[in-house]
Amino acid sequence: MKTLMLGNEAVARGLFEAGCGFVSSYPGTPSTEITEAIAKYPEVYAEWAPNEKVAMEAAFGASLSGTRSFCGMKHVGLNVAADPLFTISYTGVNAGMVIGVADDAGMHSSQNEQDSRHYARAAKIPMLEPSDSAEALEFAKLAYDLSEEFDTPVFLKMCTRVAHSQSVVETGERIEVKKTYEKNPQKYIMMPGNAKRRHPVVEERTKKLVAWAEKASINRVEPGEDHKLGIITSSTSYQYVKEVCGDKYPVLKLGMIWPLPDQLLLDFAASVSQLYVVEELDSFIETRCRELGLALVGKDTFPCIDEFSQNLVAQKLGAYEPVCGAKLEDTIPARPPVMCAGCPHRGLYYTLAKNKVTAMGDIGCYTLGAVPPLAALDTTICMGASISGLHGFTKAGGGKAVAVIGDSTFMHSGVTGLINAAYNESNSTVIIVDNSITGMTGHQQNPTTGYNLKGDPCTKIDLESLCKAVGIRRVRVVDPYDLAQCDQALKEEMAADEPSVIISRRPCALLKYVKHNKPLEVDADKCKSCKMCMKIGCPAISMKDGKAVVDNTLCTGCGVCEQLCKFDALHAPKEV
Amino acid sequence: MKTKNIMIVGVGGQGSLLASKLLGKLLLTKGYDVKVSEVHGMSQRGGSVVTYVRFGDKVYSPIIDKGEADYIVSFELLEAARYTEYLKPGGKIVTNTQQINPMPVITGAAEYPADLAKKMADAGIDVDAFDALKLAEEAGSSKAVNIVLMGHLSKNFDFTLEEWMEAIESSVPAKFLELNKKAFALGRDA
Repeated sequence: MKTLMLGNEAVARGLFEAGCGFVSSYPGTPSTEITEAIAKYPEVYAEWAPNEKVAMEAAFGASLSGTRSFCGMKHVGLNVAADPLFTISYTGVNAGMVIGVADDAGMHSSQNEQDSRHYARAAKIPMLEPSDSAEALEFAKLAYDLSEEFDTPVFLKMCTRVAHSQSVVETGERIEVKKTYEKNPQKYIMMPGNAKRRHPVVEERTKKLVAWAEKASINRVEPGEDHKLGIITSSTSYQYVKEVCGDKYPVLKLGMIWPLPDQLLLDFAASVSQLYVVEELDSFIETRCRELGLALVGKDTFPCIDEFSQNLVAQKLGAYEPVCGAKLEDTIPARPPVMCAGCPHRGLYYTLAKNKVTAMGDIGCYTLGAVPPLAALDTTICMGASISGLHGFTKAGGGKAVAVIGDSTFMHSGVTGLINAAYNESNSTVIIVDNSITGMTGHQQNPTTGYNLKGDPCTKIDLESLCKAVGIRRVRVVDPYDLAQCDQALKEEMAADEPSVIISRRPCALLKYVKHNKPLEVDADKCKSCKMCMKIGCPAISMKDGKAVVDNTLCTGCGVCEQLCKFDALHAPKEV
Repeated sequence: MKTKNIMIVGVGGQGSLLASKLLGKLLLTKGYDVKVSEVHGMSQRGGSVVTYVRFGDKVYSPIIDKGEADYIVSFELLEAARYTEYLKPGGKIVTNTQQINPMPVITGAAEYPADLAKKMADAGIDVDAFDALKLAEEAGSSKAVNIVLMGHLSKNFDFTLEEWMEAIESSVPAKFLELNKKAFALGRDA
């Protein structure tokens, strides 16, 4: 049946059809929907792991047991999972194992623009790269066959534009695959002696994969009328090239981008006068081509920054100059993402800003606390870095400071930082902003919520007990809607001469079960235009003709602005 | 058929994903090759969001670039003005006249430009601006702005009302079906 599917949903469909029976992932844009979609198939066990390393190791264990497995993550998540990755490359698999990784060229929702293809080369693991949903489905299935035939985990590499674009797919039936586990210490125990024997196996495997790639139908030459120019490309760049050139020039479309088919690259290059390599982010295909001695136009012309588009490709190939629509003379104000009206993080951030506290931030919705007018954060690096960074900052004489980290991020990689703070006696305060969900990626459950990926009740990790268990004596909970309580807790904990944890707890205002109060009303006569209510950066409040105005469609009646108004101009609607 | 391009722009949280889902379903049943590109993650949090819908005999790129949009459907006036360069010559903007202040305007760092609909028309842009929020509220929910806009956009296409209704039926939950059918009709008649 023909249907429209998001690239990520198509990956999930491919996993399903290939008989995948075990999925463990950590959410991360643009990879999240793969695992959300696979969770809807009852035949497949699927879970959110606390982080990508755990997910990958769990997927390896499932493969070992004889079940086809998958783990999914965003590009930076692969860094977290890099430790098992390089060694699973040596052990190989039992049943097929596929690693889904999604890059974010253009950084729509990421802290860097890392090119994950380098991991394929570095860890010596084959990588398939679909260019639309149909290929996402097809390549997911193919990845399992390759994984078992060549005894290797296989990467399925997505990018934002393939992951988050819907295109037409044809679905098929599921097959069931089950292998048996047999003890094999030489293959699975990577002590030096065994690992030394496995490394040559890996090198030999890569050679066999090159031979496969030379003849694989997913690496195809699409003929063109004009051999003056020939283009090697893959992924979404392929789509831009075809959009611009159609069938004018020959195109070598690579579906497997590691290992690369050397002879095919050489033959294609020999068939055209001028070779182009069109790829987003780093020179990866280009590097291999240059190692083969090929002259080409690549990153000298095409940027390694930001995502591509058809206009960019057209301009770089000299195909045409785009004719843009009219541009207004007015400056159009930017519309950056903001914390939602009623966001529980807002009251906490106001308290930090008011007290002019140095705050190490982390990864999540609460990173938006860095934006004016709150501007309450000093750093954002990666998952968990707030707590460890805070420890170094205070130990090395940076002065009193705090870390701000979400509940899911804390479970991901904050716990180890907190153990360090307790063990090495950090004199600092960690604030866990617990909104009872993984927010930014679109409301995924995590170990602190009491529900699993399938939505069933499960063991709930108790944050207070956990913090105490790792050696933090001062642990307290505040309601971020209560500004006085937040202020008092912050001052007391920062004054303490030992590490402490404040849990700022209130569920995300967008959760379906969260009941909102009626929108606040403004008493215009009492409003003195002092703009105190504007200091919290709430999208529901603005000034009109010198008076505060509340947007009824947005306000959740959280009451944080009400606490800031010295003139009692903001209040809940009076009962009639 | 040469690929047609519809851009749907608005503010994160306004419901543009449902509009693109509806269009995608309709266009697929009409036998076109279709690509719909969405924005997920951080930008969704009250930021400027763009969805691309492309259809034709064979669609390659999932995105719409500057100078390519046949239609820009905007949920908010400032967002319509932000993307005028994406219109192709002869393209058309269908926009809600609702204004939602972005944070730089709320904090006073920037001003919301006045008379944007008129300025767009003065710049030679074919702009169809109307109060979709009012019609959505009339239909029963301010959240139905997306379907009101689809109703208004539908006037530019040859698809039958039945075909649109089938797409709505397969895109919205049953309990909101009547509300959305009404919203669509109000948009189409406006």
